Amino acid sequence: MTDTPLLKVRNLKIGATVYPPGERPQEIEIVHGVDFELEGGKVLGLIGESGAGKSTIGLATMAYGRGGVELTGGEVWVNGRDILQSGLRDVRRLRGAEVTYVSQSAAASFNPAKKIMEQVTEAAILQKKFSKKEAEARAVELFRKLGLPDPENIGNRYPHQVSGGQLQRCMTALALCPQPDLVVFDEPTTALDVTTQIDVLAAIKEAIRDTGVAALYITHDLAVVAQVSDQIMVLKMGEMVEYGSTDQIINNPQEEYTQALVSVRSIRHEEKVPTENPLLRVEQITARYRGTNFDVLKNVNVELHPGQTLAVVGESGSGKSTLARVITGLLPPRDGQIVFDGRTLTPELATRSLEDLRELQMIYQMADTAMNPRQTVGTIIGRPLEFYFGLKGRKKQERIQELLDEIELGEGFQDRYPAELSGGQKQRVCIARALAAKPKLIICDEVTSALDPLVADGILKLLLKLQKIEDVSYLFITHDLATVKAIADSIAVMYQGEVVRYGSKSEVLAPPFDDYTDLLLSSVPEMKLGWLEEVLAHRKMESAGH
Amino acid sequence: MSIRIPLAALLGLFFTGLFFLVAVFAPLLAPYGYDEVVSSGFWDPSSSEYWLGTDGIGRDLLSRIIYGLRTTIWIATLATLLSFTTGSVLGFLAAVMGGWVDQALSRFVDLIMSIPSLIFALVILSITPITITVLILVMGFLDSTRVYRLARAVAVDITVMDYVEAAKLRGEKYIWIIFREILPNALSPLVAEMGLRFIFMVLFISTLSFLGLGIQPPQADLGGIVRENAEGLTYGIGAALYPAITIALLAISVNLVADWVLARTTSLKGGRG
Repeated sequence: MTDTPLLKVRNLKIGATVYPPGERPQEIEIVHGVDFELEGGKVLGLIGESGAGKSTIGLATMAYGRGGVELTGGEVWVNGRDILQSGLRDVRRLRGAEVTYVSQSAAASFNPAKKIMEQVTEAAILQKKFSKKEAEARAVELFRKLGLPDPENIGNRYPHQVSGGQLQRCMTALALCPQPDLVVFDEPTTALDVTTQIDVLAAIKEAIRDTGVAALYITHDLAVVAQVSDQIMVLKMGEMVEYGSTDQIINNPQEEYTQALVSVRSIRHEEKVPTENPLLRVEQITARYRGTNFDVLKNVNVELHPGQTLAVVGESGSGKSTLARVITGLLPPRDGQIVFDGRTLTPELATRSLEDLRELQMIYQMADTAMNPRQTVGTIIGRPLEFYFGLKGRKKQERIQELLDEIELGEGFQDRYPAELSGGQKQRVCIARALAAKPKLIICDEVTSALDPLVADGILKLLLKLQKIEDVSYLFITHDLATVKAIADSIAVMYQGEVVRYGSKSEVLAPPFDDYTDLLLSSVPEMKLGWLEEVLAHRKMESAGH
Repeated sequence: MSIRIPLAALLGLFFTGLFFLVAVFAPLLAPYGYDEVVSSGFWDPSSSEYWLGTDGIGRDLLSRIIYGLRTTIWIATLATLLSFTTGSVLGFLAAVMGGWVDQALSRFVDLIMSIPSLIFALVILSITPITITVLILVMGFLDSTRVYRLARAVAVDITVMDYVEAAKLRGEKYIWIIFREILPNALSPLVAEMGLRFIFMVLFISTLSFLGLGIQPPQADLGGIVRENAEGLTYGIGAALYPAITIALLAISVNLVADWVLARTTSLKGGRG
């Protein structure tokens, strides 16, 4: 076994059928000949943006192509045999026994009608690797190793009875239970909050080390992969860009693309000093959704000054998007008021003046659903011009082109439909639509979270540039602290509906921290080796000190 | 853009087109007038003079069917249009406004739908004068409840989209939201449904006429012609079969087209274009 690696991929080519609207289906190649090797007990990180083919390659190591994807060429050797040439029966013996898989969304992967234990042990029993009793004992052992609470009994729960982070760890247990040689981790922490991600990451890393299993770790986040892998392969559009040890990729990247990935999130933004009169004052806002008896926002007070950016940070469920809904009038608060540009806004959207509506615009997380798929870019950007300013004909066309130039798209985009734009371009058009109203405040709700890091970087730079030109303020809602550092002048940290920390960027990000902010800040993965160990050691020390 | 049309849909398109052309150009195509008694006999067999023979009182059956087709298609088309405009506009409105408007409209529609529409129509038509306008209104109104259901269901999915919220935040009126944001995105399923509703209307008006509460003689639609000649079946005369077959052919061919449109628009493989 020493001379043949566990996994050997040679010139792997993967094709897919695409269905362009109104045209005949076409065959395209999405992975163009990729080579790599993985020895037992080692971890290889596959990294790239969406469409790079990393998940497809991960699944190919189980001889599987998802949704019309076909493995068209090359070789995949697992334990000394080419699984692409094996029959279905052989492949079935491989899956769930020698190679297992951990997907991004545990919630969507577990069967809600079966208990966790049954699902965790299923493959091991089915593949006759262990008896039911052995498999269950092994599962409990894994639950303990992965730091799950009450490892003896957690298997008796149903998937909805544990949290998202715990379920993701259960899935890791599921993958490790049959004692495989190789585990494919496909973005296992991407859907989790940062504070949960770090625990899951640590658990996965420890489990890999203890069980001596080899792993393919797929993610778009280089900082995450740097913590767990021995080697990293950078992919772009189905081709290998760079392949080397983790140390070399992070500290000495050779290719331009890798360098860009490593230096992403390095925007520096000097914070501005608050002015005399804030543009927006959120005063003692308490809000709940209709039909519930639970306050999603509790006595929230924040201010935003003209031409500046207030970042509202928190994990999912902290109430940050609800705050946006209250400010825009979509959700009238139970208590408190919103003062905008010196005037108190009415709580209901329907009773607000056109001027109020115009000066307060919004940009959404999913640019896909924020634009009507049946309207052209020209119509989408042109509507606010026509609606608020009565612009028509040539004047409107000229202004649309001006806006398109401002968002760096240029000529030829007016007649395109949203489906003909890339993710970054879509978000730019949404920005242009907001700018068209000449607003004083734009609420940005997680505008970069759905985008690849490099594209997100471009959007942030654009927003900063536009702020200088148009003197517009941003209320920037995000869960990503790196984004906050890049763009904010002041920060409000939210936790369970309350603002737990609020002030200028330098104040909020400087110690002494409250417990939650400390946890949040220290959980953001940093682009350096050994960061995970440092944080964990630090936390252990602190808890010992208490 | 190259689209391959399946054979079934092609056949459907051909016959649907043919029927509509015949309906439009009925006065040019029909050899005789619709109420013109051309023969002294009755239920004459087909001949070179009268291709499909004559009916019970000596009128040319082919001419009557051609005019009958015209009436049937005319009424079904208008009733479909009526049911679609009212049904979809109200359905969209309910979805966009929500709250009590939605509740009131939806419960009212539930109420109407709980009564079998044929019986409902018979009750109304037995107390109102039977004119073509009344027929169209009754049929359109009853059918609009079904369109309402579909339109509301489709629109509810669309109103939760961020672009509709963006339009609301912009301060747009309901009319813009309904016609510019929702309608273009709801059109495909509605158009497919339209074909099916049209067939239903054809069958509805034929049934009413057959029962004697539809088009009144000497005017005729396909259902009415079946009724007039049904008696002949007792004597082994098949005159009633011709209009019956015409109804079946019309229904099947429109159905084939509607099926094809539906398959195209609901296809997951990018049929939405």
